[in-house]
Amino acid sequence: MREIQYQDVVTAIKNVIIHCGTILPDDAYKAIKDAHDNEKSPVAKEVLAQLLINADIAKDEKRPLCQDTGLAVFFVNVGADCRIIGGLLRDAINEGTEQGYKDAYLRASTCEPFSRANLKDTVGYNLPAIIHFDIVAGDKIEVEYAAKGGGSENVSRATVFPPAAGKAGIIEYVKQVISDAGGNPCPPLTVGVGIGGTFEKAGISSKHALFRTIGSVNKDPEMAEMEAEIKVELNKLGIGTMGMGGIETVLAVHIESNPCHIASLPVSVNVQCHSSRHAHITI
Amino acid sequence: MSKTYNLTTPLTKEDTQKLKAGDIVLLNGTIYTARDAAHKKLVDLIEAGEELPFDLIGSIIYFVGPTPPKPGEPIGSAGPTTSYRMDSYSPTMLKNGSLGMIGKGKRNQAVKDACKEYSGIYFGATGGAGALLGKKITSAEVIAYPELGPEAVRKLTVKDFPVTVINDTFGNDLYQIGRAKYEVKD
Repeated sequence: MREIQYQDVVTAIKNVIIHCGTILPDDAYKAIKDAHDNEKSPVAKEVLAQLLINADIAKDEKRPLCQDTGLAVFFVNVGADCRIIGGLLRDAINEGTEQGYKDAYLRASTCEPFSRANLKDTVGYNLPAIIHFDIVAGDKIEVEYAAKGGGSENVSRATVFPPAAGKAGIIEYVKQVISDAGGNPCPPLTVGVGIGGTFEKAGISSKHALFRTIGSVNKDPEMAEMEAEIKVELNKLGIGTMGMGGIETVLAVHIESNPCHIASLPVSVNVQCHSSRHAHITI
Repeated sequence: MSKTYNLTTPLTKEDTQKLKAGDIVLLNGTIYTARDAAHKKLVDLIEAGEELPFDLIGSIIYFVGPTPPKPGEPIGSAGPTTSYRMDSYSPTMLKNGSLGMIGKGKRNQAVKDACKEYSGIYFGATGGAGALLGKKITSAEVIAYPELGPEAVRKLTVKDFPVTVINDTFGNDLYQIGRAKYEVKD
């Protein structure tokens, strides 16, 4: 049984949060650069150039990429052969989150749902983090992290279709969600599609799909084909960067598909803005 | 053809009536920040006939909740938030003399109609360009509702703050125009 110190987890989480708040990952930067080079609308091209300059300024001057520094979302795969010494893993992740957000001058964006009171002085600075745990083989902790902004989360949708809806029904649904969203979620977007499972499994899968490297090919050839097809359809919408019109609305479509009930076809669409701040670390 | 203008606040109707959807504007002078919670408070004051924390005439309201400033800096990152959440308040602000709003994302018909009726402009700033936009802000001061934290009303001084005209005083909407131009129908 490998022993991992509580404080080492706190430090690792803090570091990944500071990093993601100010440095756009290579895959997102490259995808925006490619969109810029390919875009036909002069207005959209100009705004895409601004996004690249913004990423350069943020990195060079250690400024937050965006004022919406997100809720902290984690997928944590805990090896069955390790244990945390000195506290609970959940507490360590929350503590690292709070420290990272404070140290990097990121925004505290969590609030009570009805009074809208900010939780920074009660629950904690930008706490609680959203954490999805799983137990896996091995003696390491794999942490996938993303800072998830509110604008793109607000346009995300889920439903449960009857099985007859099939692939065509899912594609039509994704198109409708992105069409309705227009420029609100800050395109160019990454679109996570969770298919199958149960209602909540589809939702979590659509979130997890956003953590995949932008531009990577789905391991399942059938899903890879479907991703390509949906991407073409979405870029036909003409929404463009920040909704100002253009041919580059979507940088990537990522699908995660699961077995489901014989009666159901759940589907969830989770939308990610162009500022796709995500990272993968191993503790 | 899109034009580029330099405008200094407070705006006049002469300023706003020359602008067309798609024009680029570099803003200079003072602008005020307000998001959902602050808008509710401001509109409540207007409806009660009470004095506002700043002069609305010719003002520009920026929908933003910035990150905290680092020591020695006026403000942190400060890009726009999604504007539709202010749709129910904006017509009242325009009716009472405000002439500009800065945000991102589409507005409802009532806001577009109010822009036409009261010569207001809805400007779009680039969402997710908070580091770049924060550098265009040279001073920031909380002037009302400090308890709202990032949502407090701030008086900002801006220098060459880049925005695009989305909704003009003629009823044009850049989002509709731009999308129609690039939409591919099968």
